[in-house]
Amino acid sequence: MRLSEIQKLLNCELISDALSSDPDIEQCFAADLMSDVLAYSTSEAILITGLSSIQSVHTADVADLRAIIFVHDKRPGPQVVELARNKKIPLLTTKLNLFDACGVLHGKGLKGA
Amino acid sequence: MFPAPVLDVIMEEEILYSETFRIHGNDFEHGGEVAAAVKSVMKQLGIRSDVIRRLSIANFECEMNVIMYADEAEFEFSVLPSQVRVVCKDRGQGIPDIGLAMQEGWSTATQQMRERGFGAGLGLPNIKRNSDKFEIESTPSVGTTLRYSVNLE
Ligand SMILES: Nc1ncnc2c1ncn2[C@@H]1O[C@H](COP(=O)(O)OP(=O)(O)O)[C@@H](O)[C@H]1O
Ligand SMILES: [Mg+2]
Repeated sequence: MRLSEIQKLLNCELISDALSSDPDIEQCFAADLMSDVLAYSTSEAILITGLSSIQSVHTADVADLRAIIFVHDKRPGPQVVELARNKKIPLLTTKLNLFDACGVLHGKGLKGA
Repeated sequence: MFPAPVLDVIMEEEILYSETFRIHGNDFEHGGEVAAAVKSVMKQLGIRSDVIRRLSIANFECEMNVIMYADEAEFEFSVLPSQVRVVCKDRGQGIPDIGLAMQEGWSTATQQMRERGFGAGLGLPNIKRNSDKFEIESTPSVGTTLRYSVNLE
């Protein structure tokens, strides 16, 4: 599923610049604990999280994740957005909570990473 | 048998690239920058992406441990013909029981650290899992040294 489709399904607002690419996403990983992401995620997945600190972007970077979707309408600060821009990691935010966001995507056939 | 030091000299590979970074305790704001910088260097050097991912994950957990539990560290990254290697030597409280610290789920992290997404007791075991070689040494009230490497082939 294209990232732009995920954006529509979760009614996401794009926080970083326009999507420079629209990657095809097959897997998602959801966690607030970055150590969990670092231990259990697989590359190319997207991260769904409630953690909007700078470490969320560093986590996505080192783990080769394709995008971050923040739940609960969380919005990271400008330094976080800037880092994501440099690392070419799109940031999106949805008003849904973690459970519902995962449920929607799971229902559309995305798999856990 | 050679005595150990002689063997070490014979086994030592040529260092193709080396860079040292400093990490400061409690510096959450910059936590991840060393891992990110090392990742960029590895990309520029054309290192295989699975090797980059494994070492970068280890580096990030190592860096966060210094920020959470130590005063400061020298983090040395080197590229050798057969491996990428890190030696991270910190000054700080040290680890009284390494066996315990290496267990998944064991942690002395505070609530504040968990709110930052770390402190689940997964860091050290995950550094070891992503490394082909891993050594940890620690002296309480002095500091901790991690040495780990990922093979290029
Ligand atoms: N560099 C370090 N200096 C002192 N103590 C450390 C260091 N790294 C790890 N520790 C100790 O080992 C424990 C386990 O570390 P780790 O596996 O990374 O999990 P976590 O950081 O989530 O607690 C930590 O809670 C801490 O008590
Ligand atoms: Mg840790």
